[in-house]
Amino acid sequence: MNKIKHYLNSLFLLELMRGLYLTGRHLFRRKITVQYPEEKTPQSHRFRGLHALRRYPNGEERCIACKLCEAVCPANAITIESEVREDDSRRTTQYDIDLTKCIFCGFCEESCPVDAVVETRIFEYHGEKRGDLLLTKSQLLEIGDKFENDIAADRHEDAKFR
Amino acid sequence: MVHLVQLRLGSDEIMLETLYHLISQYILLPFILFVIPVDYQIEAMIFLQTIIKIFAIIIPVLITVAYFTYAERKVIGFIQGRIGPNRVGLFGFRLWGLGQPIADAVKLMVKEIVIPLNANRTLFIIAPILSLAPALAAWAVIPFDDTKVLANINAGLLYVLALTSLAVYGVIIAGWASNSKYAFLGAMRSAAQIVAYEIAMGFALVGVLIAAGSLNLGEIVNAQAGSVIHWFWLPLLPLFVIYFISGLAETNRAPFDVAEGESEIVAGFHVEYSGMAFSVFFMAEYANMILISVLSALLFFGGWLSPFQGIIYLEYFFSWVPGMFWLLAKTSIFMFLFLWFRATFPRYRYDQIMRLGWKVFIPITIVWLVVVSVLVVTNIPPWFS
Repeated sequence: MNKIKHYLNSLFLLELMRGLYLTGRHLFRRKITVQYPEEKTPQSHRFRGLHALRRYPNGEERCIACKLCEAVCPANAITIESEVREDDSRRTTQYDIDLTKCIFCGFCEESCPVDAVVETRIFEYHGEKRGDLLLTKSQLLEIGDKFENDIAADRHEDAKFR
Repeated sequence: MVHLVQLRLGSDEIMLETLYHLISQYILLPFILFVIPVDYQIEAMIFLQTIIKIFAIIIPVLITVAYFTYAERKVIGFIQGRIGPNRVGLFGFRLWGLGQPIADAVKLMVKEIVIPLNANRTLFIIAPILSLAPALAAWAVIPFDDTKVLANINAGLLYVLALTSLAVYGVIIAGWASNSKYAFLGAMRSAAQIVAYEIAMGFALVGVLIAAGSLNLGEIVNAQAGSVIHWFWLPLLPLFVIYFISGLAETNRAPFDVAEGESEIVAGFHVEYSGMAFSVFFMAEYANMILISVLSALLFFGGWLSPFQGIIYLEYFFSWVPGMFWLLAKTSIFMFLFLWFRATFPRYRYDQIMRLGWKVFIPITIVWLVVVSVLVVTNIPPWFS
């Protein structure tokens, strides 16, 4: 009996019709495409995008050149050189992040004891020639200065989970 | 008599006629009268008229091919919950991406045609031409209306069958000439598949031929006159289904696209093709799809006959609609089916294709041929009385 049922099912293409009915219904469903430049998907405050170096409110840079980020970086994207300043505090002389190597894992941010290196929500950037994506200390500090309000707000929102 | 015919014409037909007369009176006539020697003027006239008619068919077909690719991306996108191409517009307007086919064409035209070092040069170049030419040549016998047909030959159905079979040579030669393993695999698959489905398709067409009693496509359509139930889809329903599925297989469309099989053998027979040569294969595929659709409409769904024929008020209400409109509307439905099927069905396994072709379709067609013959001999109304 089952065999006959199966035979008739396949002879009259019933299953294929059911498939066509399903796809036909989807033809009129609402489309879920996000039209990117005009529409954007919501972002988490933990979004890991472009890097930045932050400063304290008094203008002093946070980074103390402990090199934890350099050590933890799985892609070896961070290069740090440091020196002792006149006021006997250790600060970086060079802090480079190679964005072509970076995998945006966020380990540098997690490892940082003073919340100096952070990843911002910025993801729309590009380089036009080789080397454009090698960010130096001054560039990173500049990004940090420019977006300090957003960065601080995101850190504040995440503070209760850390 | 002449006036009666004129009255029956729709507005767009009058426009076409006017255009045709303008071209023939102000461009062709002076050319023929003053340039061609007197002895050959009549022949030249016929020749040029034929050329114009050919272009009047080929150019719309090619434009349809271009926008069919757009429609395909759009329809499949919609079915998959996407919106398809909507960025490339015309003249600075977005227009739902209507400029996409033009952009694609320009891109493909300026790309280099790479000919592999070990390929057979001559065959490599001939293959795309050989697949497009039959797909376009078959349009010669397609009647668009009672009178609008380029070549009203009595063996129209045979001619169509012959040309659609010829298209496979393009695929086989492309696969062979490329000197590539994937292309060769695709060509072999395609050859076996088309041999199998050609027979089923041929039998399905024999059914139509028995029912209509003619090989002339125009007469086949006229034999279906009456009403929607007079069309051949009802008495020949199994043959229609088999014809359409074989058509899918003939044109190497999903779910029978093993010759291409992009997930298995990269792109099958056209792996090595690039630029315009590649796009010619695609044009051939789409032209064949349109051809199969228009043939389905002609052979099984009454061609240019109005679907309201025989219904007492609607028939008069819609009598102003030109027959060509109905043919194109029916064709578009079948063209949509091609896209719908592609978005719905997964690719058949190769042995399943062979089984379906040889062990299912051919027996069913043969049985139904007997049934149709009995129907015709016993003059069963309403179709064969």
